[in-house]
Amino acid sequence: MSFREHLTSEARHRQALAVGLVVPDNSRCVQCGICSFNCPIGIDVRQHAWLGKPVEDSHCLTCGTCIQKCPRGVLRFERGSLHLGATEVGR
Amino acid sequence: MTRHVIVGTGVAGVSAGLAIRSVDPGAEIVLIGHEPEKYYSRPGLAYLLSSEIPERMLFPMQARDFKARGLTVLDGIVERIDPTACSLHLRGGQEIAYDRLLVATGAAAVLPDLPGMDLKGVVKLDDFSDARRILRLARRGRRAVVVGGGITALEIVEGLARRGLRVHYLLRKERYWANVLDEAESRIVEGRLRHEGVTLHYHSDVEALLGKRGRVTGLRLAGGEQLACSLVAFAVGIRPRLELARAAGLNLDRGILVNEYLETGVARIYAAGDAAQVYDPLSGRHILDSLWNPAREQGRVAGLNMAGQRTAYIKKAAFNVTRLAGLTTTIIGAVGGGQDADLVGIARGDSEAWRDLPHAIACQTHTEVNRVRVMVGRRTLIGAVVMGDQTLSQPLQELITEQVDISPMRAALIQPGGAVVDRLLDFWSEWRQTHGPQ
Repeated sequence: MSFREHLTSEARHRQALAVGLVVPDNSRCVQCGICSFNCPIGIDVRQHAWLGKPVEDSHCLTCGTCIQKCPRGVLRFERGSLHLGATEVGR
Repeated sequence: MTRHVIVGTGVAGVSAGLAIRSVDPGAEIVLIGHEPEKYYSRPGLAYLLSSEIPERMLFPMQARDFKARGLTVLDGIVERIDPTACSLHLRGGQEIAYDRLLVATGAAAVLPDLPGMDLKGVVKLDDFSDARRILRLARRGRRAVVVGGGITALEIVEGLARRGLRVHYLLRKERYWANVLDEAESRIVEGRLRHEGVTLHYHSDVEALLGKRGRVTGLRLAGGEQLACSLVAFAVGIRPRLELARAAGLNLDRGILVNEYLETGVARIYAAGDAAQVYDPLSGRHILDSLWNPAREQGRVAGLNMAGQRTAYIKKAAFNVTRLAGLTTTIIGAVGGGQDADLVGIARGDSEAWRDLPHAIACQTHTEVNRVRVMVGRRTLIGAVVMGDQTLSQPLQELITEQVDISPMRAALIQPGGAVVDRLLDFWSEWRQTHGPQ
């Protein structure tokens, strides 16, 4: 099955590295913590997911590891500003 | 000062406590639980079994977090609710008065009544201590048998297989999860299990567990065949814990019946989570499910009502994303029906609503491992199963949950050989531009 290219995760990843941020859908999250466990710089992604808030943390590399490891599709990249606010949740 | 007492420290109870605190900074909030670990990610136990995560990560809140929010967590077993005196009696004699009470006692695994169930090595996956027991047994075992259905059975099967055990999975009839998945979906799961080295046994009923010196050594099937093993896991379903509610005179069916405000009908007492049987506007019935997010949302709404903020709980289409034999699978709304001989009622991560399929046309498309099945009603999509590629997971979640009128694409969607995926994506993209979240 071939899906449109603009919807592929790879395309999304490249886009996010340029101007993206990680956004949770908390209706999918079961608080397992795999996202936080795998974050290479220790951001508590799970806490963002619980609160339904984007990972607006200036340290976030948008490396996509949390998105890739989440077994339930909670996290996705969305276009956003590189110049993020100072809010850092649960880090 | 109002005292809110919550029986249960799972997600419904914790969510209720946080909701009460969000609107009443001065309230006294007491949570009572019997599990030593108190609040943890119950669905995360599957990832503990599969070695994807260490134990310590399964705790979203630490003791200091409860303290910081003014939530008192008590270790105890509630033996009796006295609705007339508005008090609870704990084992050991302690009595706690309440102004508002939430019963969020969850559900417990059902175990079959078979000879040998008391042998060491016979397990279930209900809570943290069960997961630890399975891991201990897996370290020294070589062969395991898993009996049951739904998500929990596969979590155990896959966890044990990943840890190098030779796993035998017993099914009572001819396929896996027959009242939720269709035959093609069952076969995909079964094929992947075989590929992982799991041996499937169809039409297999356990007659007795066999043991030596108090330890399980195998089991005997109804046909007389024997299987040797050092671990037998049962995952044949769960039932709400209703003992307290029954003795307190709450209105019961399969769970604690509640109205849209999560009230039980007995003054000052509410219920939420796996123990509660809530009204489902889509089917017009009160149903049970065992899903994390609805439990969280029910807890939140119950908490707001307990704190005096009248708020209705509107149940949405039952939804879960899980892994079946390593394949990410989204299940939404009504997709199946009939009976599954492997489960008594529902399992964890499961909903009665999934088995409630009214008149609908099934549209499907699949490759070897990716499969999409969409149940098309007269004006809306009623349910869907998305296996493997999850591109359609979010679009279908939104279209089904929001009950979007799909009349403009219905004819094209149900046309045989139609491009189901492309049509759904086109339709969803258009809908989202005008109606979706900004």
